[in-house]
Amino acid sequence: MAQIIIKNLRKDFGDFTAVKSSSFTIEDGEFFMLLGPSGCGKTTTLRMIAGLEMPTAGEVFIDGEEVSQKRASERDIAFVFQMFALYPHLNVQQNISYPLKSQGMPKAQIKVKVAEVAKILGIEHILNKPVGGLSGGDRQRVALGRAIVREPKAFMMDEPLGALDAEFREHMSQELRTLHDQMGATTVYVTHDQLEAMQMGDKIVVMNHGSVEQFGVPQDIYDWPATMFVANFIGSPSMNFLHFEGTVATGDTSISFDGQSFDIPAQLSTASGKLVMGVRPEHVVLQDDSAYRGEVTATEYLGTTQIVTLDTPNGILKARTPATQVANVGDTIGLDFNPRTITLFDETTGEALLSKANKGVLDHG
Amino acid sequence: MSGFSVTEPSKRQKWIAGILVITYAVVTLMPLLWIIATGFKSPEDSISYPPKVIFQPTLEGYVNLFTTQTRITPNMKDTLAEPDSWYEQIVRDKNMVIAGPSRYGQRFLNSVIIGFGSTFLSIFLGTLAAYAFSRFKVPIKDDLLFFILSTRMMPPIAVAIPIFLMYRQLGLSDTHLGMILLYTAVNLSLSVWLLKGFIDEIPLEYEEAALIDGYTRFQAFYKVVLPQAATGIASTAIFCLIFAWNEYAFAVLLTSGEAQTAPPFIPTIIGVGGQDWPAVAAGATIFLIPVMIFTIFLRKHLLRGITFGAVRK
Ligand SMILES: Nc1ncnc2c1ncn2[C@@H]1O[C@H](COP(=O)(O)OP(=O)(O)OP(=O)(O)O)[C@@H](O)[C@H]1O
Ligand SMILES: [Mg+2]
Repeated sequence: MAQIIIKNLRKDFGDFTAVKSSSFTIEDGEFFMLLGPSGCGKTTTLRMIAGLEMPTAGEVFIDGEEVSQKRASERDIAFVFQMFALYPHLNVQQNISYPLKSQGMPKAQIKVKVAEVAKILGIEHILNKPVGGLSGGDRQRVALGRAIVREPKAFMMDEPLGALDAEFREHMSQELRTLHDQMGATTVYVTHDQLEAMQMGDKIVVMNHGSVEQFGVPQDIYDWPATMFVANFIGSPSMNFLHFEGTVATGDTSISFDGQSFDIPAQLSTASGKLVMGVRPEHVVLQDDSAYRGEVTATEYLGTTQIVTLDTPNGILKARTPATQVANVGDTIGLDFNPRTITLFDETTGEALLSKANKGVLDHG
Repeated sequence: MSGFSVTEPSKRQKWIAGILVITYAVVTLMPLLWIIATGFKSPEDSISYPPKVIFQPTLEGYVNLFTTQTRITPNMKDTLAEPDSWYEQIVRDKNMVIAGPSRYGQRFLNSVIIGFGSTFLSIFLGTLAAYAFSRFKVPIKDDLLFFILSTRMMPPIAVAIPIFLMYRQLGLSDTHLGMILLYTAVNLSLSVWLLKGFIDEIPLEYEEAALIDGYTRFQAFYKVVLPQAATGIASTAIFCLIFAWNEYAFAVLLTSGEAQTAPPFIPTIIGVGGQDWPAVAAGATIFLIPVMIFTIFLRKHLLRGITFGAVRK
């Protein structure tokens, strides 16, 4: 079990920079998510932590020890590959015992260990089978078995559910989370699925184009995104952006555009020009006496709630409202926003403007 | 639907396919069968016209192959004791006695040493080189690979004279080592290229998993990559062995005694006491056996490997 600290980690492949100066901390026992779109450098980051890739610059601390130039075999961590990478010439039992053999553990003891792990994962009945014919789920379990049998300091998992079908993913992700809670081992988990990250992670780091955009607990990242990218990437439907030109100054508690004034959290910075008001769909209130109006272009019924899509003077906007609320396509409806949840962004930099509401979250990351 | 399937051939199709395959096999195996049969014929039967398909089998050819013989006069024959073995009997019936073993056994052994030695060396060096080319960042990799391939672009015999002169200077003429090195050099480009293809197909993750599991790079290569490259190694080894085993031109040029292989030796049997075709055929038959055994031994791998990974799982 270990704490992992990443400091200014960077990786260049020739002229191309895959990871640009990343820094974050993974606490002991955390289930930590590396989240981002395809090609953003998640796998590269994970491989640098594991020692499969040498960083161009920066440091990796595992349990207080700087390991960035150490070999993978000396770091005492386990890695679960996306395609599982089970040794095809060995059976299940041999696959799981492989890491123990390298440590020179006596055969009898290996047998006991493997049996233990097989029991935890519920794969006792397939121990003597070749890995070739296993189902996706069983392969996944064997890969996990090979990882946990050694009781390493930490687990690295690169989209371990990516090869499974949607229905089974759900089931496996719960199994994984339960397993983690049982063992309490530090786990770094790569995914491009924001929902998976939100559901499973204790903490999330959001990456884009090789840079860390934000890092924190899921709730903070959802409520107080540090950048427009994070706001857009997380949540479904994602955060609404109302584009406008205007000015905000330190101390402002309201903002006006299109002749309307909206209450916002007290601002702690000054900005002007192209700005964006970000508001989550569930914080949009359909209220007929409001002067700011939008035309309903679509509704999507989801049972207890519905998603109402509106055309406003500042762009398309989606509202999540109770299903009982009447909204017909073609109607023009008044809109109001819950002022405590609003984040302003500077459109040119894409970064959130500091306010009293998001200061706590943005300052630490 | 009555027995119609896209993937499963019908009974009639199977019959037609079977007949075609058997016909083809008979046509290609005919010369081989003829050689094997000739080995068991008497010299008269072997050159009789029309050719004899039914004949009285004899081991005379094999005895002639493995022995040298001297003619004796009838008077002398009477003074000799009765032959005490079946092969002496065969020889005695022709008014000859066995003077000693022939050189065939030793030539055959040379072929084994040189053929398998060079195959082993080609595979050993080829696997290491192919692994390095497949996995590591080698400077001017593409140029090196092209260079290695280019050694195959001319017939090897084109450089026979320079090699002959060079070998004489170095004292490698007519030595096992010289022939092993020569065949290895010729085979290496083939083995590097074939093996690189096979190793390229083994996902890197397996080795990385082994590295993570606490193995060194060499152990990962040895314990994870090699077993999975077995198919490729086996089929490459067969190609290398077949070349080295059958090679004739260099063997004629560079070997004459000590290290002479079987291919240049077998035709010389004809000269020993008339046209002894059964002995030549017997020599050729025995010569076929090692490659056949080797191929059968690796058959399982070969069938999968020879598709060059096209349908490898
Ligand atoms: N060995 C390499 N050589 C050159 N470029 C590489 C190498 N490995 C990765 N890259 C590049 O670095 C970038 C980041 O790759 P990485 O695999 O880390 O992305 P990822 O976030 O894991 O994406 P995905 O979700 O598709 O797996 C990509 O543009 C990729 O093409
Ligand atoms: Mg990846």
